[in-house]
Amino acid sequence: MEKLEFKFPSQALLAAAPPALCGVVGSGNLEILVRSGVDRQICEISVNTSARGFGETWRAVLATFAASQAVGGTSIAINDMGATPAVVSLRLAQALADYRGGAQ
Amino acid sequence: MNAPLPRAWDSLRQSRGKRLERAASLGLHGKNGKEIPADRIIDLLEAVIERGDRVCLEGNNQKQADFLAESLADCDPARINHLQMVQSVLALPSHVDLFERGLASRLDFSFSGPQGARLAKLVQQQRIEIGAIHTYLELFGRYFLDLTPNVALIAAQAADAQGNLYLGPNTEDTPAIVEATAFKGGIVIAQVNERLDQLPRVDVPADWVDFTVLAPKPNYIEPLFTRDPAQITEVQVLMAMMAIKGIYAEYGVTRLNHGIGFDTAAIELLLPTYAAELGLKGKICTHWALNPHPTLIPAIESGFVESVHCFGSEVGMDPYIAARSDVFFTGADGSMRSNRAFCQTAGLYACDMFIGSTLQMDLAGNSSTATLGRITGFGGAPNMGSDPHGRRHASPAWLKAGREAYGPQATRGRKLVVQMVETFREHMAPVFVEELDAWQLQHSMGAELPPIMIHGDDVSHIVTEEGIANLLLCRTPEEREQAIRGVAGFTPVGMARDKAMVENLRDRGIVRRPEDLGINPRQASRGLLAARSVKDLVRWSGGLYAPPSRFRNW
Amino acid sequence: MSLSIRHSWFEATARQRLAGLLDPGSFCEFLPPAVAQPSPHLAQLELPGAFDDGVVVGAGQLGGRLVLVAAQEGQFMGGAVGEIHGAKIVGLLRRAVAEKPAALLFLIDSGGVRLHEANAGLIAISEIMRAVLAARAAGVPVIALVGGSCGAFGGMGIVAKLCSAVVMSEEGRLALSGPEVIETVAGVEEFDAKDRALVWRVTGGKHRYLMDDCAALVDDDIAAFRNGASALLAGWQERPNTLASLRAEQVRLQGRLATYAGCRDGLEVWAALGVAEPARVPLLDCDELIALKEGLPT
Repeated sequence: MEKLEFKFPSQALLAAAPPALCGVVGSGNLEILVRSGVDRQICEISVNTSARGFGETWRAVLATFAASQAVGGTSIAINDMGATPAVVSLRLAQALADYRGGAQ
Repeated sequence: MNAPLPRAWDSLRQSRGKRLERAASLGLHGKNGKEIPADRIIDLLEAVIERGDRVCLEGNNQKQADFLAESLADCDPARINHLQMVQSVLALPSHVDLFERGLASRLDFSFSGPQGARLAKLVQQQRIEIGAIHTYLELFGRYFLDLTPNVALIAAQAADAQGNLYLGPNTEDTPAIVEATAFKGGIVIAQVNERLDQLPRVDVPADWVDFTVLAPKPNYIEPLFTRDPAQITEVQVLMAMMAIKGIYAEYGVTRLNHGIGFDTAAIELLLPTYAAELGLKGKICTHWALNPHPTLIPAIESGFVESVHCFGSEVGMDPYIAARSDVFFTGADGSMRSNRAFCQTAGLYACDMFIGSTLQMDLAGNSSTATLGRITGFGGAPNMGSDPHGRRHASPAWLKAGREAYGPQATRGRKLVVQMVETFREHMAPVFVEELDAWQLQHSMGAELPPIMIHGDDVSHIVTEEGIANLLLCRTPEEREQAIRGVAGFTPVGMARDKAMVENLRDRGIVRRPEDLGINPRQASRGLLAARSVKDLVRWSGGLYAPPSRFRNW
Repeated sequence: MSLSIRHSWFEATARQRLAGLLDPGSFCEFLPPAVAQPSPHLAQLELPGAFDDGVVVGAGQLGGRLVLVAAQEGQFMGGAVGEIHGAKIVGLLRRAVAEKPAALLFLIDSGGVRLHEANAGLIAISEIMRAVLAARAAGVPVIALVGGSCGAFGGMGIVAKLCSAVVMSEEGRLALSGPEVIETVAGVEEFDAKDRALVWRVTGGKHRYLMDDCAALVDDDIAAFRNGASALLAGWQERPNTLASLRAEQVRLQGRLATYAGCRDGLEVWAALGVAEPARVPLLDCDELIALKEGLPT
């Protein structure tokens, strides 16, 4: 297992909301927990992944997410069981939508 | 000038006569339905096969002459050796045993599937000489030119008292093999599952067959084309949505072939739902060159599909096929007649699109399913997945693709050859690579060419979860490379893209993202699949589809 | 065709099952992911845990009546029971003793003990067994719902049978040893675990229903489980085990063992039960099978 921690600058998400969970820690899958964070301009992401040695791939996938979406002020925790970047990106989009939905 | 030396012009016929006499001298006359008892098959094989013969062992993609293969492998290598095997597919352990036991020395084939690793080992040990790895059509073609079999060992469903054969729905390669052998002085031996007084229909006339043997067990048929909808992922649904909206709809693809993977199974299952919602029923996917994929059942039942011609059949599909004779090619008896040679021809010349998957793709768009330590071969994909320069009839999809490739004044069209891949396979193996493993494999095997499945210059589109790259519209090698990098996601190849150039390609519609197609990735749910389990497929079929036990959870 | 509106229980996650099972908006999770801790044992083994440790517990309403619920996530480590996972379930069962809800619905989807957690998992399962019996003794019906991809095997197979009643779908499976375990121990001649149709013929929902091992058989559909659980609870009178009832059950099971001991396959058992065409049973839909059972000699 590898533990990764990232902080990305991101446009502030307008409203804080109750935590949202998306996905399951199953083979080739992951779960993503989105909570409100501390700094309104920063998206904090921590990852526990079963696959070692893909830190740079994670950084690239998550940086793209944080740059393309307003997720400043969130703290995101991920438990991963070997999901591909395609699955990670899809789950991030779903988790963010669930979190935003909770804010309405 | 001296008179030419006298020569015999019927040496093949004479040889054939001697072989049959040797068999007859052992009491193996092949009278009464050309019937040979199963326990004398080795005597027969040793009588009619000679050292150095070219032997065609019917190993299809699915149907296997397994009893004859095992019997040949059990023959005495002191009597039968240096055989030159010609066969479509090296599928069974006995196929490789022939070489390990010293019966055969040379192999010309098309596909090796599960025996790929053993085959690679034999090549490295120099215990086998590979003539060439072919496509199916190439190999069939060579049966009629320079690789004509002396002896063909085939599999049929049933024989009657005269020795006529019924091949059943899995006709597959048998007609091509028998025709080449029987009409060039060869000997045809058929294993049959049953003897019938009256065949449902005659697929091979008795006078093309020399011997029949009732196999102790029915020939093995592999369910190769059953894809459990339960295993289709959301990412595959997303890519299927993109393919339908961005390619099928835009080109109006009506005549096509699908690969056998889950990516294209997802497309088949989105036809009655997503494609129907887009109003595409009757406008796409009407005519198919395709095995009877169970995942096509919902599209057929929804009225999408007018016609399907098949390479072979699929385990459990026969009752459904027989009940849908408007769609499938069936005999007067009701059962399907497949034919790999004709279906491959349809796939090559009559289809406007091939769409399939691959394990690796390089920056020129070349793709390969070869991995180190395995020789897998090609099957039919290179024929399906190539633009045939001999095609002359036009269709809207073909013309549109041709104009994109060659400009508005194009004098020919272009087949759509679509590669559909997730950027990473399982265990984070990137599909997009700087160099295919095929090159290393070429060196380690001492082959003349790298085993490239589909050449980049034949590929028209690449679909990944990141987007669609239209290679037809690329005007320079640099544009092609950046278009490929532009859909290669977070693979090292994808991350090394020239971002500005990819954005430029996107502005020109060469690279298109899901949002450019009006698709929200979050809509990509398994709920869109017309069937989400094998049981759903059975329900769609009205109970006619009977899936093999291993695909059931009831 | 109604296929597209079916919401498969088999395919759904634990959270999706709960969302469709309970009255909309009524679910309140205890120890939700944001405050829960993943398994410390898995972390020690360098394996990623799940925030909820593979089980969702909470309270909600079923047809307006208060119920407590526990839902195992079969996709996380095969729904296997670890220390935290087990403690959440035990805590919920004890809460049921105190709060006396209309029922405790136990959405089982598990291969049994989480081997990575060894003794902690074994102890957790035995605590769950005791807590199930305690809840029933307090008059709270504990209803097992079995229709997930992992079925109910090993210790969770026993737990299912300790519950007041079991609701199954055809896709659900219920047994002690899993198919692979039997094949490994007794050989492929004894049991071919890859023969999925065989596996379902001896462990699947239809077989369990014909054998009276489950109280209700429902379609693989979340709404069908909801309706099945509601129907079962309507007028349910919880009857905890007594010495006499246990003795009677023991006699019944001994008789059953004697009757079917020679059978090698569900097909033979069904024939012995009086089913005219056993081979057709796997092809029947849920309603047809229920009708078939009603017509059997008793």
